[in-house]
Amino acid sequence: MQRESEIRDPLILGKKSYHDITRDVSRPVEGKANKYWWALFSLSLVLFGWGVLCILYTVGTGIGSWGLNKTINWAWDITNFVWWIGIGHAGTLISAVLLLFRQKWRMAINRSAEAMTIFGVVQAGLFPVIHMGRPWLAYWVFPIPNQFGSLWVNFNSPLLWDVFAISTYLTVSTVFWYIGLIPDFAMLRDRMSAKIAPMKKKLYSFLAFGWTGKAKHWQRFEEVSLVLAGLATPLVFSVHSIVSMDFATSVIPGWHTTIFPPYFVLGALFSGFAMVETLLIIMRKVVNLESYITIKHVVYMNVIILLTGSLVGTAYITELFMAWYSGVEYEQYAFINRATGPYWWSYALMMGCNVLTPQLYWIKSIRESFIATFVLSIFVNIGMWFERFVIIVTSLHRDFLPSSWTMFSPTFIDIGVYLGTIGFFFVLFLMYARTFPVIAQAELKTIVKSSGSEYKK
Amino acid sequence: MNKTTIYGIFDDEEVLLSSVKEIRSNEIHIKEVYSPFPVHGLDHALGIKETRMAITAFIYGCIGLTFGIALIYYIMISGIYKSWPMNIGGKPNWTLYHNLPAFVPVLFELTVLFAGHLMSITFFIRCGLFPGNPEVSPDPRTTDDKFLMEIEVDGDISKVKKMLTKTGATEINLKE
Repeated sequence: MQRESEIRDPLILGKKSYHDITRDVSRPVEGKANKYWWALFSLSLVLFGWGVLCILYTVGTGIGSWGLNKTINWAWDITNFVWWIGIGHAGTLISAVLLLFRQKWRMAINRSAEAMTIFGVVQAGLFPVIHMGRPWLAYWVFPIPNQFGSLWVNFNSPLLWDVFAISTYLTVSTVFWYIGLIPDFAMLRDRMSAKIAPMKKKLYSFLAFGWTGKAKHWQRFEEVSLVLAGLATPLVFSVHSIVSMDFATSVIPGWHTTIFPPYFVLGALFSGFAMVETLLIIMRKVVNLESYITIKHVVYMNVIILLTGSLVGTAYITELFMAWYSGVEYEQYAFINRATGPYWWSYALMMGCNVLTPQLYWIKSIRESFIATFVLSIFVNIGMWFERFVIIVTSLHRDFLPSSWTMFSPTFIDIGVYLGTIGFFFVLFLMYARTFPVIAQAELKTIVKSSGSEYKK
Repeated sequence: MNKTTIYGIFDDEEVLLSSVKEIRSNEIHIKEVYSPFPVHGLDHALGIKETRMAITAFIYGCIGLTFGIALIYYIMISGIYKSWPMNIGGKPNWTLYHNLPAFVPVLFELTVLFAGHLMSITFFIRCGLFPGNPEVSPDPRTTDDKFLMEIEVDGDISKVKKMLTKTGATEINLKE
C-alpha cells in the first residue's frame, strides 16, 4: 500500500469508491452522445471530407496544385507534418517519461494524451506520403528487395531515418497504448449485458483479449509497461531529433544549426502539452470527468508549458546570438531577414505566442484558471505552427541567387489539406471519446487510497 | 474424491493481502487471485516468481541491433556483387565503421522496434491473450471492485471457508 504526504493536493476529488470510478469511466461508452458531440463530430466530418477531396485533387493533378514553387519547395506540407509530429510528443512524455518518474498525476490523462499522440502521428504521416505525388508507391521508402538490381534506400539520409523513426514511434506507441487498454476493455466487457447490448459485449470481448486480472498477468503487465516506457522515452526524444535533422543536415542558412535537435524536442513537448490541455479542458466537461482531471493536473501541465516555453525562447535567442557570433554574413542575413524581412509578421506571431504569452503562467490566478489555460493553449498551438512556418518558408524564400527570391502563398488546396487533417484528427478523437475507456481506470484505482481527497482527510 | 473450488471474495486489497499471507502460512494452496488492478506485494505473498519479461526485451533488442547492422552492411557497404556502390555526399562507404555515425539513428530505431514489439508479443503468448479470446474471470465483478481468491479443495471445505471468513472475505461461493 502506497502512502503519500499529507500536504500534497489530492488528485481525485470527492468520495470515490472503486465502483464509482468504474461507473464514471464507462458512462460515456454506455450512454448516448449529446448534441454538442454530434455538432462537433459533423463539423469534423465535413472538414475531413473536404480534406479528402483536396488530397484526391492533389494526387490527381500533381503537387503543382499546391503553392510551392522552385525556390520554396517545402512549405505548408512539411510545416503541418512537423506540427502534428510535435503534438504527438506530449502523449508519450506523459505516459512514458512520467511513468518512469512515478508521477501519479499522469494516470488521469495518459490514456487521452496517448490517443492524441497516435491520431496526431497518423495526420503527420499523411503529408510526406501525399507529397510523394504517387502515394501508391509509398512502400519504396522501405528497404525491400526489388527488381532494380542493387537499388536500395539510402541509409545516410535523414529522410530515411524519419521513415524508421516515425514508423517505430507510431507502432510502439500504439502497442503501449493497447496493452494499457486491455484491462479497461475487460472491465467494459464484464459490465455490458449480453441481453441489452449484445454487439457491444461482443466487441469489447474481442478487444479485451480474454483478460481476467490474474496475479501473474498483472505482474507481467506491470513489467511490460515499465520496459515499454523505458523504450519509449529515448524513442520520443529520437523522433523529433531526427525530424530536426531533416533540416539541420542541409546547408541552408537558418537550417544548418546544431541546436536543432534539443530545440525541436522542447518545442514538440511545448506544443504537445498545449494540445493536451485544449482537448482535456473540453473533454472533462463533456464526459463529466471533473473529479479526475482537476485543476491540479492543469497546473502541472502549465508549469511544464512555462518551462518548455522559456527554453524554446532561449533557443530562439541562442540562434540569433550564434548567427552573430559565427561571423557568417549569410547566416546573419537569414536571421535578420526572419525578424525584419517580408515575413516579419510570422516571426512576431511565433515570438508572441511561444515566448511572451506562456510567461503569463508565472501569475498564479492565470495558472489556476481553466478558461485562461484554454485560451493560452490555443495561442501556443498557433505559435508553434508559425514556428515551423518561419523556419521552413523564411529560410527558403531568399535563395542563393537573388534572381530566385520569391514569396509563398498557399492555394486553397494547401489550406484544404491542412483543415482536412484537423477534421480527421477530431473525427478520430471524438470517436475515441465515445467508445474507449478515456481514463486508465485500473491504474487510477491504485492511487485512490493514497491520492483521493476522501482518504487524505 | 471430488474437487470443490472455493471463491473467496474481498472488498479491499489490504484485507486480501493479509488474508493471502495468513492462508498460505496455513499451508493451503491458493490456485489464483483475480484483481481489478495490480496489487503491490501480491506476487510475493503468493510466492510467484519474478517475471522475465525485461530479459526478453533485452534479448530482442540485441536481435534488432544485429539485424540492423546486417541490413545496413548488406545494403550500404557490401551491396549485391558490389555492383552499384553509392557515393553520397562523399561519405565513405567501403567499411561499416567509417560511415557508422550516419547509421546510428536507424540502428537505434530498429533496436527499439524489435524490443518493443517482440516483448509485447511474448507477453500476449505467455499470458494466453489474443483477440476474441472468450475467457472471463469466475466473477465479472473482479474487473470492477472485487478481489477474488480461488482455492481448490479435496474433501472437507469447512476449514478453508472458516479461514476465509476469519481473514475478511465478504462472500464465499462454491463450485463443484
